[in-house]
Formats: sequence, C-alpha cells, structure tokens
Amino acid sequence: MDLFPLWNSLRIAVISSVIVFFTGIFCAYYVAKLPRLLKGALDVILTLPLVLPPTVVGYFLLMLLAPATPLGSWVDEHWSLRLVMNWQSSVAASAVVAFPLMYRTARGAFEGFDETLRYSAQTLGLSNTYIFWRILMPYCKQGIIAGLVLSFARGLGEYGATSMVSGYTPGKTATISTTVYQLWTLNDDHGAFIWVMINLAISAVVLLAVNLFERKDRETRTKAAAAGMRG
Amino acid sequence: MSLDMKIRKDFGGFVLEEELHVGNETLALLGASGCGKSMTLRCIAGIVRPDEGYIRIDGETLFDSARNIDVPVQKRRVGLLFQNYALFPNMNVEQNIMMGMKMLDMTKKERAEECRRAVEKFYLNGLEKHSIRQLSGGQQQRVALARILVSKPRILMLDEPFSALDSFLRWELEQELMKVLGEFEGTSILVSHNRDEVYRISDHIAVISDGHVDCFDDKKEIFENPYTYQSALLTGCKNFSRAERIDSHRVAAPDWGISVRTSREVTEGVKYIGLRQSLHHPAMGQKDNVVGCDVLRAIEDLNDMILLLRCRGIQETSEFSDLHVTVSKQEWNMLEDKKHVRIYLEPENVLVMSR
Repeated sequence: MDLFPLWNSLRIAVISSVIVFFTGIFCAYYVAKLPRLLKGALDVILTLPLVLPPTVVGYFLLMLLAPATPLGSWVDEHWSLRLVMNWQSSVAASAVVAFPLMYRTARGAFEGFDETLRYSAQTLGLSNTYIFWRILMPYCKQGIIAGLVLSFARGLGEYGATSMVSGYTPGKTATISTTVYQLWTLNDDHGAFIWVMINLAISAVVLLAVNLFERKDRETRTKAAAAGMRG
Repeated sequence: MSLDMKIRKDFGGFVLEEELHVGNETLALLGASGCGKSMTLRCIAGIVRPDEGYIRIDGETLFDSARNIDVPVQKRRVGLLFQNYALFPNMNVEQNIMMGMKMLDMTKKERAEECRRAVEKFYLNGLEKHSIRQLSGGQQQRVALARILVSKPRILMLDEPFSALDSFLRWELEQELMKVLGEFEGTSILVSHNRDEVYRISDHIAVISDGHVDCFDDKKEIFENPYTYQSALLTGCKNFSRAERIDSHRVAAPDWGISVRTSREVTEGVKYIGLRQSLHHPAMGQKDNVVGCDVLRAIEDLNDMILLLRCRGIQETSEFSDLHVTVSKQEWNMLEDKKHVRIYLEPENVLVMSR
C-alpha cells in the first residue's frame, strides 16, 4: 500500500501548525492590545476563514496564487516556481483555514492574563520579551496548547481548500482526506475504509494525548491547592 | 531620598491631578475606593503615563512632559507591592525571589546568597521549592516583599497591602511590614482606606478625594484636627452639619437646628462642623451646646449602644440631619426616656472644616 497520503497529510499538518502557532500568537498578542473599534474590525477579518466554506477560502487562495495572477506570474518568472498544485500549496491552504482556531484561543488566553503580573515583572526590571516567553506564555499554556491541537487537527482533516489549490495527484499532492474521497468515487470501498481507519487512529491518539496532558496538569493543580489549604 | 511629583491625567470623566512632595519617610495615601490612590502609584511606577507634569525620585527625573522624558518602567527601579501580590504562578518561591535580581549586576553566588538572606528574613525557610499556590496569603505577601526588596528599589510602594488578608493575619503582617519600612532607606508610600492602619504605619498622610490631594499633613494633625470634610470623614467622623459663622467660637448648625460653641477657632470661610461619634454622654445639667433629639433607632453593639438620632429643632431633613452617637450600655440602661435624649456637644470635640 502506498503510504504517501499519510506522510503528506502529517507534514502538511505539522508545518501548517507551526506557521499558525507563530502567526496566530503574534496576531492575538497585538490585536488584544488594540483599541476596541480596530480590534473588532481586525477580529472579523482574521476569523473569517473559520466561518467561510473551505472551498470559498480555496477560491480566494487561487485568486491570489494561481499562475495567471500577478503574484503567481511574478514568482514563476523570477524563480520558475508554481504556487499551486503542489504539497506546499496545501500547507498554505491548511494554515489559512486553521489560523482562526489558533488566533481565537490564544487571544482568549491572553485576555485572561492577569495584567498585574506584567506590571510587577516590569517594575522588577524584566524585559518585555522575557515577560512574554517566561511569564505570559506559561500562564496561558492551556489555551495555547488547546489552540495548537485544534489547528493541527484542522490541518490534518482539511479537504475543501486543499483540493482546490492542490488538487489530487497520487504521490504528489494526495492527502488522507482527498484520498478517501478519490478512492470512494472509484468504488474502492475497502481502500477508502483503510484510510478512514488511519485517520480515526491519528485523531484518537491526538485527543488522548491532550486528555492525558490536561489531567496531569489538573492533578498538580489540585495537589497544590490542597497543600495550600493545609498551609 | 525623596519623591516630588505633580501630575495630571485625564481618564475621560475622571481626572487625576496631584502634587506631592515627600522626604525620607512613609507617606500614606488615604482615600475611599476609586479616588485615584492606586492610579497614583501606577503613575509613579511608569505603568500609567500621565498627560502632563513631572515625577522625580531622589532628584532624578523619571517623567517630565515638558522635557519629553519618560523613563520606562524597567529602568525606574521602583518597588510596587500589588494588592494581589502578583507572584508568578509558574515559578516557585525561590524563583520568584530570584526574578527581583535578574537585571542586577551580580554574580550567581551573590544572587544565591542574597536570596538565602531574604528567605531567612521573611521566615520562608523550607518553602523555597514550594509553588505559589501552596502558600497562605501571609506567606505570599512575604515572598512578594522579599522579591521587591532584593531588587533594591529606590522607592517602596504598597497598594492596600492587607486587603487580601483576614484580620487575624493582618496584625502580624503589619508588625513585619513596619519593621521592613523602618529598615528601608528611601521614601515609602502606603495606599489604604483603613484609618487605623494608616495612623499606625505612616508619618504623613495625604487624603485623596476624587483624584486630587484634599489635604496633606502630619498624621497627628490630620487625625486631631481634620480641617476638610473628606479628611474628617476618612478619619472616622460620622456626624456633620453645614455651618455658618457667628463669631470666632460659635457657628449656626442648620442641620442640627442649634448654634454650637467650639473650642477650635471658627474662620471666615467655615463650611461644615463635625462631631466625632464616640464619647458622647447625654447632657446632665448643661444648657449650652445641648441638642434635643428623637431616638430613631438604638443598635446594640458589643460594648456600647449606637444611637441613631434626629435633632428636634430642624425645619427639614437633609443628608446630615441624623446623628450617630455611642453611649455605654450602663448609661443607656439608666435612661428613663428611651425615645428622647439630650446630647451635649463638647466644644473640644467639635471639628471645624473650611471645605
């Protein structure tokens, strides 16, 4: 059996999660600080991919990246590269679709941050970069990880936008979700079933890992709280 | 060792406009919640930027709108103890204290030594590796103070340091804090709405009301002779009347329906007179400064009776017309008529306020 779709889906999901992790956190951090009106407007734009049908997102991406567009032709001219119909374009599609999940959960986490921690850290002389990585991020760990898991799961299962910008080419752009559809249309029920099971297994492992992590974190918290009550 | 500041900041609807000059001592900012006390500390720390004015600590300018100076928080070297202590929850006690020295020019050994000393001084032995959530409120405050003091601040600011503690712990921590303030070489500022706390801890008091300094004086002077309505209110006076001057020691008190003789001198601009709640005995034999009252309610307190009274001579009731006075239970039990009492306003207990 050709395992290329598994490998392709995983690399797309991993790379797009990494991209979304940084861009989502970056946007969440700066948007949370903006004045209300601007915040509301940017929020709508940044969350749009979550509510739009993935095919519509794919359409917009094609409008931007296809060889006939200014950007696409410029890149083709200078580097002889095509921005669509390859696995990298699937990464772009997954990232755009998964971005709002990371952005929104991270923003929620940042807004729940106790600002007096930032202020007290500043009065102690700690730099803003240090505060971000060593105090804000650990404080918001739960939300950030939740966002990352959601983004990874979304990237792994992305179908609509991916199929529009990358199509289905076995051994080149095939992912698990596009393979399931392809095999099913070819009446290969058995083949489709195998890929469905693979997908289920990955999802189960991811969710299990999240639950385990959360439980461990909760246990240390309750232990600490109980000790605090005694003391 | 000094703080000089004059700032103005418009929050839209609330304006903070303050001028303070403090030497090497403990200043208390006394005021009701929402009057701008905490915001003053945040301006000094650099967390909030005033619209205009200047802030100088030990002669060094930290903020000056005219000269376009605004030193970032990190470079101000100010110690600010937050109401909730603001300890970093992802670090243990030792790591939290170490954060105070992160930016200081010290070797690793010096840091460890300093940390050990702080742990000892604040009775944190054995708790070094504990997480913040495992500590009691009092221990958390000690860690926060230790963390601030190892950072060697030039000014020490305490924002309602006891508000998060129960009364049992308060006393103990207050004693510790007074020791810390005594050893601290520099200006310190305490923000509080608790008059007893403020009286015990500070040297000078600034009464803050609605974003400005209502009065600033030695603590004894403010408590014994509050000359503004706000300072009298915050130092515990509960009975007020508007006042019109009759002569240098007598005013008409329309809210009480009588004229009152005072031992304090009545100035031309007198606005209110006040009467401290405690130590009022029903009049026996006196004629002057006596007011006849109806008893609206008698509330039994632990040792005394608190009486809510309405003066009988008044034309119409106002926000001031009810009096709170305290009598001992013994005196109350001896009274035959519990519906009407006559109260003697001792001239030395009558406060005179010019605003």
